[in-house]
Amino acid sequence: MQSLSRFRDPAPSRWAYRKQRLMLTPAFRFFLRAGLPFSVVFLAVAIYLANGDRRATLVEGAAEMRRQIEQRPEFQVRLMAIDGASAGVDEDLREILPLDFPVSSFDLDLEGIRKRAEELDAVASASVRIRSGGVLQLDVVERTPSVVWRGRRGLELLDGEGHRVAALAHRTDRPDLPLLAGDGAEDAVPEALELLSVAGLIEPRIRGILRVGARRWDIVLDRDQRILLPEAGAVAALERVIAMDEVQDLLDRDVTVIDMRNPKRPTLRMGIAAVEAFRDAGLFRHGAN
Amino acid sequence: MPVSFDMEPTETMRDLYHSQRTMRALRRAAIQRGVVAVLDIGTSKIACLILRFDGPERTRITDGVGPLAGQSSFRVIGAATTRSRGVRLGEIDAMGEAERAIRTAVQAAQKMAMVRVDHAIVCVSGGAPRSYGLAGEIELEADVVAETDVARVLASCDVPDYGEGREVLHAQPVNFALDHRTGLGDPRGQIGTRLACDMHMLTAETVLIQNLLHCVKRCDLELAGVAFSAYASGLASLVEDEQELGAACVDMGGGTTSVSVFMKKHMIYGDAARLGGDHVTLDISKGLQVPLNVAERIKTFHGGVVATGMDDRDMIELGGETGDWDHDRRTVSRSELIGIIRPRVEEVLEEVRVRLDAAGFDHLPSQQIVLTGGASQMPGLDVLAPKILGQQVRIGRPLRVHGLPQAATGAAFSSAVGLCLFAAHPQDEWWDFEIPTERYPSRSLRRAVKWFKDNW
Repeated sequence: MQSLSRFRDPAPSRWAYRKQRLMLTPAFRFFLRAGLPFSVVFLAVAIYLANGDRRATLVEGAAEMRRQIEQRPEFQVRLMAIDGASAGVDEDLREILPLDFPVSSFDLDLEGIRKRAEELDAVASASVRIRSGGVLQLDVVERTPSVVWRGRRGLELLDGEGHRVAALAHRTDRPDLPLLAGDGAEDAVPEALELLSVAGLIEPRIRGILRVGARRWDIVLDRDQRILLPEAGAVAALERVIAMDEVQDLLDRDVTVIDMRNPKRPTLRMGIAAVEAFRDAGLFRHGAN
Repeated sequence: MPVSFDMEPTETMRDLYHSQRTMRALRRAAIQRGVVAVLDIGTSKIACLILRFDGPERTRITDGVGPLAGQSSFRVIGAATTRSRGVRLGEIDAMGEAERAIRTAVQAAQKMAMVRVDHAIVCVSGGAPRSYGLAGEIELEADVVAETDVARVLASCDVPDYGEGREVLHAQPVNFALDHRTGLGDPRGQIGTRLACDMHMLTAETVLIQNLLHCVKRCDLELAGVAFSAYASGLASLVEDEQELGAACVDMGGGTTSVSVFMKKHMIYGDAARLGGDHVTLDISKGLQVPLNVAERIKTFHGGVVATGMDDRDMIELGGETGDWDHDRRTVSRSELIGIIRPRVEEVLEEVRVRLDAAGFDHLPSQQIVLTGGASQMPGLDVLAPKILGQQVRIGRPLRVHGLPQAATGAAFSSAVGLCLFAAHPQDEWWDFEIPTERYPSRSLRRAVKWFKDNW
C-alpha cells in the first residue's frame, strides 16, 4: 500500500549532500577533532583571563600556595653554625650576614651568603649548606697571618700570599711575626718569607725587611746594619752574605751597610770608628780594596 | 608537396584541444590525489563507483600488460546504484531530477568509501553519436619518426564538417603507416620518409555534454573525462583477442542501444540507436494496461523472447489497486508477455544490424558480437540474437575488477566497469599530442639556446 503522502525523495538535499562531503574532508575532520576543541578552550581561557582582577586572584592564589609550602616547619632554618672561625671572625660574620631566624630555606641565597662571607679579609674560603634540623652550616677557613706590614695606612697583618688579614694596633701585639715595611711589600710577601727562612743564624738580629722602591728588599738588622739585596736573586745574595758572615764574622764588625745590589761585587760601608781606625793604621791606599 | 604543419589549426580544434586537455589534466590530478568517481548516467539507473589509485604499480610488468590486465593499480572502494530520474534516451531531460539522482548515488558511494571525491568521469550514450574516419599524411623532416612527427600527422588529418552544435568525444589514432608499411601501432623511432595515419573520431551533441557538465558541476564534482558508453562497455566486456581481431560490442541500455566496433584494440566505429529496455517496459505497460513499475517488475521476473509450450500454461498475476475486482485479478500467460516483448527486442536488434551493416562490419576478419548492458539479460536473447546478428553472438559480462561488489558485476554495469578501465589506462587521443603551432615558443627558446652554444 503506497500512497503519495508516504513518498519520500531518497535524494539528499543540496545541503545534506554538501555537509556529508564536508565531513569527509580530512582537513575539516582534523579541524573538528583538534582545531575546534583547542580554539574553544583557548577562547574560554582567554575570556577568563581578560579580566585583570581574575588574573590577579590567580597569581595571588599561586603565590599563597607557594608561601604555604615554603613556610612549613620542615623548611625552616632556625640558627646558623659557623665552624672554623675564631671568635672575632665569628662575630664579624654574624654581623655582615643579617639573617632573621627563623627563615625559610627557600628564601636563603646560599651562594650570596658564601660570597659575602668570602668578602671578609680574614676568610680564605667558606662553604655554606643547610644541615638537617634547620641549621645553616657555614664552614670557614681563616687566613693565617704570617707577617706584619707597616704600610701607609698603619700596621696590617698579611697572610703568606700578601692578602690582608686584619689591622694591628701595635707591633707588640704580634711580636712573633716578622715585620715588613715599604710600599709594594704586600705584593712580594712570599719572597720576604723565603728570605726569612734562609736567614738562619742572623734571624734574631733582623728587625724588619724593607721594600725599597717597590722593587727590592733591604734587610734591616739591629745595630743600624743593613743588607741591600738585588732585585733578582735576592735569596742567593742573602745566602752569600750569611756565608761571608760565618767565615769572616762580617756582621759582627763595624759595618753599616752591606751592599749586594751588584751581586758580583759586594760593597761594604764601614762605621765611622772603623774608618778612623782604618785611616790611623794608614791602610788607605788609592785603589786598594 | 605542401607540408601541413604550418596550417593554422581551426578555432573549433583549438577549443576541443582546450576542453579535452583540461579534462585530461583534471583526470591526471584526480589520479595523483588517488580518488576518482566513475558515473554511469543511464536512462534506467545511475551507477557511481569510487576508485582508489594506489600509485604506480609495484608489481612487475611483463610485456606491456601488467598482472590482472593492468588493473591492479586501482581498486573500487565505493559503489552505489540508484534509479535514474530525469534522464530520457540517454540524455538529461530534467536537470534538477537528474542532479538529485546523481547526488543520491554519489552520496551513497562516498558513504561506502568513507572518502570525498572531487572528480568524476562520466559516460555518454545518447546525443546521436556519429563516427568518422580521418586520414592524414606528411613527409618526414628527418629520417626517424619523432613524437612531433606524430603530432604533425595527426594535425594533418582534415577534419570533416561534423556540423554545428556537435563536439568531439573521442579522436583516437587507430593506425599508422610508414612508407608502404601499414598497421603500425607506434611509429616513433622508426625510419621512413612518409608517415600516414588513420584516426577515428566520434562526435556527439554539444548540448548533451554541456548538460552533463552542468549537472555534474551542480553536484560539486568536476568532470575529469567523458567516454562513449559503448566504448566503455567494449573495454570491459570484450576479451583481449576479440578486441584485437575485431568485434562489436552492443550495449543494450534502458533508453539507448549503443554499438561500438573494435579492431586492433581500438574503437573504429561507434553509433547508438535510441531504443532500449525502457521501450519494452512501455510496450508491456500499454499492452497489458498496467502501471510502468508493475510492467518493469513483470519484465524482469517473467520476461523472455522465446516462447515454448510451457509458457502458455504459465499464468502471471498482473495485480492492481483500482478496487475493481475484475481489473485487479487479471492474469496473462507468459506467451502473451513474450508476444509483446519479442517484436520490440527484434526491432532493437534489427536496428543494431542496420548500424553494423552501415559500418561495414561484414568486412572484418572476425565478426564476433557481444551483447551487454542491462537489457541483454533478457532470457532467450542468446537464441534470438543469432537469428538477426549472425552466428557469433555471445552475452558479455564485464571484467572483474578489484573490490567490485557482487551486486555490481552484472551485465548492466559493463559501461561503469569500462569507465574504470578508461580512467586507469586511457588510450592516446589526438589532444595528447602537442599541436605543432603551439610549439613555437619552445622552438624559439631552443633556437636561443643554440645561438648561445654556438657563440659562446
